[in-house]
Order: sequence, then C-alpha cells, then structure tokens
Amino acid sequence: MEKIETIVDQKEASDKLTATKTATPVKEVVEISGSQAVLEAFIAEGVDTIFGYPGGAIMPIYDAIYDYHDRLKHILVRHEQGGIHAGQGYARSSGKVGVVFATSGPGATNLVTGLADAMIDSTPLVCITGQVFAHLLGTDAFQEVDVINITTPITKWNYQITDATEIPSVLAKAFHIAGSGRPGPVLIDITKNAQLQKFNYSGYKKCTFIRSYRPKPIVRKEYVERAAQLINEAKKPMVIFGQGVILGKAENEFKAFIEKGGLPAAWTILGLSALPTDHPQNVGMLGMHGNYGPNVLTNECDVLIAVGMRFDDRVTGRLDKYARQAKVIHLDIDPAEIDKNVKATVPLWGDCKETLPMLTALIEKKQHKEWLAKYNEFTQKEIDIVIKDELNPTTDELTMGEVIKVLNELTKGDAIIVTDVGQHQMVTCRYAKFNETKSNITSGGAGTMGFALPAAIGAKFGAPHRPVVAVIGDGGVQMTIQELGTIMQTGIDVKILILNNQFLGMVRQWQQLFHDKRYSFVDIESPDYVMVAKGYRIEGQSISKRDQIKDALSTMLNHPGAYLLEVMVGKENNVFPMVPQGCSVAEIRLS
Amino acid sequence: MKKEFTITVYGENQIGLLNRIAIIFVRRKINIDSMNTSPSEIVGIHRFTILIDETEEVVRKVCRQIEKQVDVLKVYFNTEENIVWQEMALYKVSTEQIAEKAKVERLLREFGARVVAITKDFTIFETTGHREETDKLVKVLEPYGLTEFVRSARIAIMKSSRGFHEKLKEFEQRAPGEELIENEYLNQRQGVFSM
Repeated sequence: MEKIETIVDQKEASDKLTATKTATPVKEVVEISGSQAVLEAFIAEGVDTIFGYPGGAIMPIYDAIYDYHDRLKHILVRHEQGGIHAGQGYARSSGKVGVVFATSGPGATNLVTGLADAMIDSTPLVCITGQVFAHLLGTDAFQEVDVINITTPITKWNYQITDATEIPSVLAKAFHIAGSGRPGPVLIDITKNAQLQKFNYSGYKKCTFIRSYRPKPIVRKEYVERAAQLINEAKKPMVIFGQGVILGKAENEFKAFIEKGGLPAAWTILGLSALPTDHPQNVGMLGMHGNYGPNVLTNECDVLIAVGMRFDDRVTGRLDKYARQAKVIHLDIDPAEIDKNVKATVPLWGDCKETLPMLTALIEKKQHKEWLAKYNEFTQKEIDIVIKDELNPTTDELTMGEVIKVLNELTKGDAIIVTDVGQHQMVTCRYAKFNETKSNITSGGAGTMGFALPAAIGAKFGAPHRPVVAVIGDGGVQMTIQELGTIMQTGIDVKILILNNQFLGMVRQWQQLFHDKRYSFVDIESPDYVMVAKGYRIEGQSISKRDQIKDALSTMLNHPGAYLLEVMVGKENNVFPMVPQGCSVAEIRLS
Repeated sequence: MKKEFTITVYGENQIGLLNRIAIIFVRRKINIDSMNTSPSEIVGIHRFTILIDETEEVVRKVCRQIEKQVDVLKVYFNTEENIVWQEMALYKVSTEQIAEKAKVERLLREFGARVVAITKDFTIFETTGHREETDKLVKVLEPYGLTEFVRSARIAIMKSSRGFHEKLKEFEQRAPGEELIENEYLNQRQGVFSM
C-alpha cells in the first residue's frame, strides 16, 4: 500500500513511479497474449511471489509463467485454500499485496474461505481465477462456476475479463483497489479465450485514481480540534487500537501520540505487535479473552480513543453496556465503520498516518500516572489468579502459556508468530512477546481454523529474514495439514509448534462452562504428527514433560529448515480471563 | 421506528453493481420493496432508486456500506416529504365488460387513467401516481374482472437536489473541493440526509 501525504504529492509520486518502474515502457506496441499481460502487470506492480495451483481454465497463464520463472516465483501449494492463506500470510508479513492463482470451478470455490477471511481482516490480495471460454459462460460447462457472484460479498471488488485488451487496465485497478484505503481482497476472473488472445500491448500504466472510489476520506480539522480538546480535558483517557495502525504504516505516529498524551493503550487481536509488548503504556489485550485491566477500565475511562479498529463483538461484549460513560473518539479510514457499532462523539475520518500527527500536535504533554497505575493494579490481580498458574504451573500437566513463555525467552520477541484459531490462539496472543510490527499473524474476524500452517508459509516468503513460528492446535492443523507438502517441496523454513490438548479446546471450554460439560464431538484424535512430518521429510519430535520444553523449542528454532514440534498439554485447561457472551466487558471472569 | 425510505444511488454503469448493492440488503434480511435502475441526468452514470421500510439508523448504515462499494459514487436517502415520486401501473380488463358498463368509464376518468391499447378482447389502461391511487383503482376494477395488473418500481426526484453534474466534476478531480465534503453524513447525523 502506498502511503502518500497529500493528494498533490500522490499525483507527482505516481507520475514518477510510472516513469521509472513500469516493466515494459510505452515505447512500441508489441503483440502479446492475455496471459503475458497478466504477468507483465505483476512485474510492474512489484510482485515477486505467487501462490497457486494450476488447472484447465488457467493453463494459458501457467504456460506463460514458464517463461517468467526468472522474474516471478510461483509457489505450488497443495490446495487453493492453502494458496490463499499463504497469500494472506505474505501480505501481512510484507505489507505488500498478496497474489494468488486458481483455476475455475472447484479451484475458485476453494478460495472462498480465504477471501472471506481477507475481507474481514482487511488483507490486500489480488486473486486471479481462470474461467471457461467466454462463449461457454452460463452453459454449465466443465468446471464452470459463477465465481463473480459467489465472491461478491467477500471481495472489495471483483471483475470478469472476457477480452485480453482489458487486462492491463483492470489489473492496474485491481492492485490499486486491493492495496489502498482500507485494503481488501480483489478477485479477477479471466476467461480462457482472453488468456490466449493476442493483442497489441502498449505498456502497463499504474492506476492511482478511480473517480467513484475514495480510498482516503478528507480529514476535517474541526474534528481533530474537538478530539484534541476532549483528550486534553480527560482525566481517564484510554486508547484502543487495531490493525489500522499497521495497515496505515503509522506505528511511529501512534507511539508518538500515546507517549505525548501519556495515554494507556490496549490492543485488539489484529492490532497486536503494532506497539512493542514491553512499552510501558501497552496495557494489554481487549475483548473476550483479553486482559483484566483494559476490559474493566473500558467501562471506567472518560474518553475512549479508538484507532483503526471496528468494535467487533468479541471486543465489546454486550454493546448496550459498553463504555456508556465515555466520550468516544473514533479514528478510521473507512467511513462505514463510524457509528456502525459504537456511536462516536467525535468521528475522525481519515488515514491515521495523517490524523495521528495532527492530533499529537494539538494534545498537551501529560502523564496520567495514577490512571496508569490502576491498570497495574488489575494486572497484579490477573497475575495472582490467572497468569501465575498459566506461566509457572505447579501441576504435572503442561500449560500452553508456559510453552509460549519459553518461546519468548528463546526468540526474544523477534519472531513472526502465526496462530490458528482457538485456545492456543488466545493464549499465544496473550503471552507472546513482540518487538516489531507485522509480527502477529492470525485469523481474527473470520476465525478460520486451518489458517496458520499455510499463512506461515506465506509469511516466511514475505519476510524471509525473520524466523517464523506457526503455533497451531491439534484441531486446526488437521484442516490444512496437506500444506506440509508445500513446505517439503519449497524447503521453506517454517517452525510448526502444535499445542495438542487432544480436544477441540475452545468449544470444549464453552461446553464445560455453558452446556453442563456435555462434551459433544470435541474429542478429536490426532495422527502421529512426527510420523506425518517424517513422511513429508520434515524433522520433528513430540514432548510431554516440562523439563523437555526448553531443549525441544531450542532444537526447533536452531534447526536448519522446517521443523515440527508437538507439545502435549493439559487436556482440560481453560482460557481465562473470559467475558462470557452476553455480558459486559466489566463482568470479565478470572476463573 | 420503521419508516419508508427512498434511497438514491449514483453508480458507474458496471455489470454486477446491481447485485453488489442488492446483497447489502439481503445480508441484513431487509426486503427491497421496489428497485429501479435507469440512466441518470448524466450520460454513463446509472441511478438506482430503492424503496425499503426500515429504521433510520439501519438505513444510514446500509447507505454507508453501499457508498463504500468501489463503483458507487454517492448515496442519498430521503423520507417521503423530501422527494417527488411516481409509480406507473398497467391494468388489463375485458373490453366486453368495459364497453357494457359505462360506470367504469367514469371511474377511469376519476383516476386519470389513459387507455393504451384496445382490442376486441381486452383493454389496457395506464395510470401514474402514488401507490394508494393505483391500489384504489385495482379495488374498483376487480369486480369487472381485472385480468392482469402490474406496477412499476418507484422513481423519485429529490426536491432539494441541484443535479449531479457539479458533483461529478468534483469526483473527477483528484483533490475534491469543499463542495464534496466526504463527511456529509456526519454533518447530517440528526437529520435525514438529502442532497
């Protein structure tokens, strides 16, 4: 995503970009195929990695990529869902647009879960699907699926190309839409005839403007001033931040803002890693399994400043009892988010890369020492009742938390940690340490089990110099375990940490707490993961004793290449604190 | 409280946009009472007129979600007092019946109906007006054997609008001026938003 200060600058910058970066400058008209035009577009857009799976309707593109293998890396996944999750992982670790190929019919429908996930988590993707010949559209042809209609609600934009001459301009639009404003997935469906069709190509021109599309709303100064005034008058201000800070590349601006105002800042699960874990004003995680302090104090603060977050129901708990006492300042780039769930006192539309510095300039330098100390009091209580036993258990059973604690000690907070969905995800997000932004990759809004393994592969391709650890439960890993094949074939260095509690743990926890312990289909068996990994020529081991944790994790991290470590943890441990469904955030339970 | 709202959407003439707009209502299980798509005052820009029965809060949220679609330029919503609207209806009755009962002829005059076709077998009338009027005529014609009836979607013009020509010019600029403040909804948080 390009981040440009003013619109005038944007024009100049884009002129410069087209002048210097276009792969095939407009010098002469050459005849190329639609397929080649797709790949030329990728090169012009700076794409280096594609995740995909071939098939009948996308064969012309795969034929063309044969000649581009020196400029474009194609990763053959084992399933299109794995492909799109890898694309998401790539986008999230690199900050670039992820690119995915799939064929028509089942290839395209296998992308659906990933598209929905990317849509709700605002991940920039350009997915190219093959489609049957244009003259066969609507005839129930072999592997024909109406992918445009299927994906309309889960794409930021989608478009079907039936004529090759449209390819350069449509792909330029696709990359612009996917990466700008509030990012999201774009799907381009290209019929086979368009891929094969030769046409006169006169170069690729990046798209920077679409008249009906306003990626960045205009910031209104009077709202900035009103927000600053509220913050200056506040006795108990609280900041809650989401992925908007990361997507807006505004981590430094955010830090400057909270430091000047002396503001405590709590994060949503996707906002995690935008602010280092150790930052003294980082007061922890919001929501259902978040920390005690930020949840309770949400209902005590006088001014609530929401930055790049969308008040998901997992964050707010019961909405009519959420922060009723507070004046709410909502910073968001997407106007549709303002007032959607929580009514804003001051709606601060705009790119937070612009609005945060404007706010920082107007707020007084302050330290809310007493107010911050209050968070610490709650933290102490949470340590005594929950965290102590989770990180330093006295029973024989291993806890997920103690594994993450040792992982922190070994990675020192420098790894990218990719999590799946469930108990292990909550525990990892609660306890993992992060120094750097774009280090926490997880499926937040959609809660897609099976996300982590393929996303970790993509994350490693997106940030090849950083260690990548996928933390996965025994349920989720079995959903996309076929991607071990991708790891095997590419030799990508991904560490896989399975926290096995022999249950679908989160559902079991709910059944225990809210359904009288009627454990209905949560007792899931696992294969011998070490043997499975071995079958894919990936080394690994399984441990179940406390004194093995450190050595095993260290072996995993130091192993050259991929490694699978299974840790057998307690079967019926629960994740606390917890805001039960239908309760307010202040009613968070510690046990 | 639910009310009747008329939503006007200006959008690019793109295949699939109709669907993209429609599913935003379907997702919230809102029934669309009527929907009309037509050219607008500007060549190449389409205008959707959508009629729904909902609370103002929901309408406002839905409109923002429509406006955020890439191919949508602008969305407005209005209650009845801020628009001038019409619906057209066609009625088919047996010519024999019509010819015999002079009373019908008088009723038709009363309702301002026009005859658009007459054959030996049937006669087709047309009226344009508000729903209550067309509904009334249906009631009146029923005893005489109303063979077919159809009513068009609502079309509406916003009273306070000065047209979209000037707005479009703003849209076509990279740096829109004061005219096109994007926080229009927020300025109008209390009132119903019209152009």
